[in-house]
Amino acid sequence: MSRRTLEMHWGEHHRGYVEGLNKQLEKDDILYGHTLDELVKVTYNNGNPLPEFNNAAQVWNHDFFWESMQPGGGDMPRLGLLEQIEKDFGSFTNFKEKFLEAALTLFGSGWVWLVLKRTERCLAVVKTSNAINPIVWDDIPIISLDLWEHAYYLDYKNDKGKYANVFMNHLVSWNAAAARMARAEAFVNLGEPKIPIA
Amino acid sequence: MSRETLEYHWGKHHRGYVDNLNRQIVGTELDGMTLEDIITITYNKGDLLPAFNNAAQVWNHTSFWESMKPGGGGEPSGDLLELIKRDFGSFERFVEEFKLAASTQFGSGWAWLVYKANRLDVGNAVNPRPSEEDKKLVVVKSPNAINPLLWDCYPLLTIDVWEHAYYLDFQNHRPDYISIFMEKLVSWEAVSSRLEMAKAQVANREREEERRKRAEEEEQMPYSEAVKMYLESDGDGDDSEAE
Repeated sequence: MSRRTLEMHWGEHHRGYVEGLNKQLEKDDILYGHTLDELVKVTYNNGNPLPEFNNAAQVWNHDFFWESMQPGGGDMPRLGLLEQIEKDFGSFTNFKEKFLEAALTLFGSGWVWLVLKRTERCLAVVKTSNAINPIVWDDIPIISLDLWEHAYYLDYKNDKGKYANVFMNHLVSWNAAAARMARAEAFVNLGEPKIPIA
Repeated sequence: MSRETLEYHWGKHHRGYVDNLNRQIVGTELDGMTLEDIITITYNKGDLLPAFNNAAQVWNHTSFWESMKPGGGGEPSGDLLELIKRDFGSFERFVEEFKLAASTQFGSGWAWLVYKANRLDVGNAVNPRPSEEDKKLVVVKSPNAINPLLWDCYPLLTIDVWEHAYYLDFQNHRPDYISIFMEKLVSWEAVSSRLEMAKAQVANREREEERRKRAEEEEQMPYSEAVKMYLESDGDGDDSEAE
């Protein structure tokens, strides 16, 4: 991901959403008091979003996205997260394929996520449109990929596949994902831990 | 709009949609149909079939290219200007509304100026006093690949607000892109000629409906005539039997 894309994406798009949201919140005391998570869920309003939703959700989404990446990322997850991925997708390769496929088949603007589903108690790949975010369905996101065209157009023009591949192979931060997974396991019971016997 | 954008937008995006669509419809029943028909059928009343996105995007992009010309801009004239003034108050107000719709379309999509005939397609809802005033110009915006043909409107002017349309030239300054489009690229001749076609199609449809209504009424008449004939020939029948 080039420096120029980062400067634009973070400096203009993300900043724009933050400033837009701040301006909207100035007028509303109740919403102003919420944390960002609460704000996203409240303004989603069960599918009938309030005007602040787009800005709030996009701020959340972009924060999450930046933290899903690290320089020199890629490679594979390890230990617990890898085991869970293998359990729910069969193999890491299969998960990667599903993720890339979701990225290619998403039409219009949106995001692709690896989430831990709360009720089904398993990992899954989901794609969402525009600003929608899995926390509105009470699921727990582990990593995300921004598929709005502004995220990749300057570097890859319309070659979404290449962008998604580079993300998977060089940018995704499995450390961050593991940390998020660890926290998620405190809320979702994934079954008995397999304690290795000597 | 830079040459690079055009080459990419038309050569990769638009061409991609065309190629994919051809691949999807080859050998199916959609193969011989007009593009508008494919769009309506694959829209499937909201439950999109796979060919919809490609078909609609092909149509949308063609409409977009034809809405522009080098050295465009300025103001429309004639019938189009009259209708704009009638339905928006003034040309400036129309431009404002169009720019607002284009800049507030969240995510990917399109903004349009359409000609709406305001017909209700149900048997018992008849407009008791139809007039030319019922046919209006409206500004609408649509997400992703959706297209006003699906809402029974005739698109006259199209602007693409998917990010790929302006990112190379304007990055995220969508309002600047829209302004340049309105000031330097819009082809009002194309819009005017589409308006004429739309009006002709609407007039055609009205004539078809008149014809169909009259045909239905005529079907009911023979029934009452048969009764009359029976009564009239009552005397005749008796005579022939006597022979």
